Amino acid sequence: MVNIRVEELAVRLGRHAAVSDVTIDLMPGQLVGIIGPNGAGKSTLIRAMLGLVKPASGGVWIDGASMASLSRRELARRIAYLPQGQTLHWPLLVERLAALGRMPHLGPLSRLSADDEALVDAALARADVLHLKGRIATELSGGERARVLLARALAVGAPALIADEPLAALDPGHQIDVMDLLKAEARAGSLVLTVLHDLGMAARYCDRLLLMDKGRLVADGAPMEGLTEQSLAQVYGISACIDPDGDWPLILPTGRIKG
Amino acid sequence: MRARRHPLLLPILIGLTFVAALGSIALGAVALSPARILAVFAGGGDEVARAIVIDLRLPRMLLGLIVGAMLGLAGASLQGYLRNPLAEPSVLGASNAAALGAVGAIYFGLSQLHPVILPALAIMSSLIAIAVLFMLAGPSESPLTLILAGIAVGTLAGAGISLSLNLSPNPFAAMEIMSWLMGSLENRSYAHVWIALPCVIVGAALLMADGRTLDALTLGEEGAQALGADLSMTRLRIMLGVAIGVGGAVAVSGAIGFVGLIVPHLVRPLTDRSPSAILLPSLLGGAALLTLADIGVRLIPTSNELKLGVLTAILGVPVFLVHLMRERRLW
Repeated sequence: MVNIRVEELAVRLGRHAAVSDVTIDLMPGQLVGIIGPNGAGKSTLIRAMLGLVKPASGGVWIDGASMASLSRRELARRIAYLPQGQTLHWPLLVERLAALGRMPHLGPLSRLSADDEALVDAALARADVLHLKGRIATELSGGERARVLLARALAVGAPALIADEPLAALDPGHQIDVMDLLKAEARAGSLVLTVLHDLGMAARYCDRLLLMDKGRLVADGAPMEGLTEQSLAQVYGISACIDPDGDWPLILPTGRIKG
Repeated sequence: MRARRHPLLLPILIGLTFVAALGSIALGAVALSPARILAVFAGGGDEVARAIVIDLRLPRMLLGLIVGAMLGLAGASLQGYLRNPLAEPSVLGASNAAALGAVGAIYFGLSQLHPVILPALAIMSSLIAIAVLFMLAGPSESPLTLILAGIAVGTLAGAGISLSLNLSPNPFAAMEIMSWLMGSLENRSYAHVWIALPCVIVGAALLMADGRTLDALTLGEEGAQALGADLSMTRLRIMLGVAIGVGGAVAVSGAIGFVGLIVPHLVRPLTDRSPSAILLPSLLGGAALLTLADIGVRLIPTSNELKLGVLTAILGVPVFLVHLMRERRLW
């Protein structure tokens, strides 16, 4: 169990204010989505939560401890991170790749224990890629590779998981698989935070949505609270058909608002 | 494609290194029978055999192993760190800077004052090059800035060497400077071994420490950091390791190219291809390859002994091209 508190956070990238005055409390057991247009500061916000960029003011507290007081390894054991994109620099075996997730738990020269290997296998099984164990990760299809990388993040065994656009480049079937998996992780007590671009998926799966625009948090609450015709027009500059009352909440972007 | 480490890889490399070391003792310009060599190691033997084996071939063999091991390991470590299969010590300008230090010592006649001055200057200028690199690359951990800064530093050092050739007071000095540029293990003594060995041990220890971080870098820099890797410490260790280790190696052998580039490529297909898995095999493979190449320059009958760097390049390029075509599935 872990909770993350972001308080009056501001991050500057060069001269550009990427995130301004964001305050959020994240609790275990919830699947939280971050949505917003490109360049709204979503990725910068989660990078600040992982200590990858320094705040200009405000800060991030993990279980009440400030980010600066935690070592990289301590942080890595509490929050697993699935970065955006699928670039792999070397053609590693799937099992070797997933085993990287155990790194925060290992001493500098120690080897994987039987327990570590069991955890890696369990993570591969949860992401439904155990059968790919002996394959080379760079030779997999996009959907397979995305799930292997997700298994790598699960193998950390951290109480929190932060995923940056895990659905990019996935077909609808694999998108549903990944969202089901993230939901199951949250139901099992993890804190799961994910950046999404598919508003429909975000509305259907997330327990809570954070809507960002120009570095600021403009809505924070139950999915359909923040996703209104007004907010979509204002933030994304689109008109949308929204039906919150059916079996599935429906959000269909219909056009661009000129001006 | 083989995906796991070949079970015989390490035994084969160790065997190959051993064979190369034996060959380096047994073979040379003067033919010595195995019986005479054995007699020397048994504590006896005739004067001539003793002088050749103990004073000439043994230090040369040791230097081949030490320098080759360092170059192979440095290449493997830099390829992993920079995530670039073309990386080798000269990419960071370390070899060129060390060679410039050595050449400077010769050019200004400092090397004649004391035998330690030349290697000391080589290591120092390699350290200076790495320090300049730090300043140029700034706080960013991006490998691209490092490569660009390294090329700038390396080119500047190369220009300095060319300048000293250009202005060289006499043809003999120019010849000597040239031999540092092409690398050689000719006429080396135990003094050279004692200079290179500590540097290479320190350098190799620094480079071997970060295998797991190199693996994590497969996921990119932020992926590695989110796994708890401290990349600025890794960068510091790798730069110091290269500066001290390669600086020490170049100080006794001159700049020997291609070993650091090729050896990791030769061993990689026999491992699981993760950066950490090629570190030790590259160290062993580098030691074996350079020692074998050094036997080659002694046995090839030319009026002047071939420079080691020339042979490694002539042998290295075809091997590298064949390997490249296989990797690209063109073969």
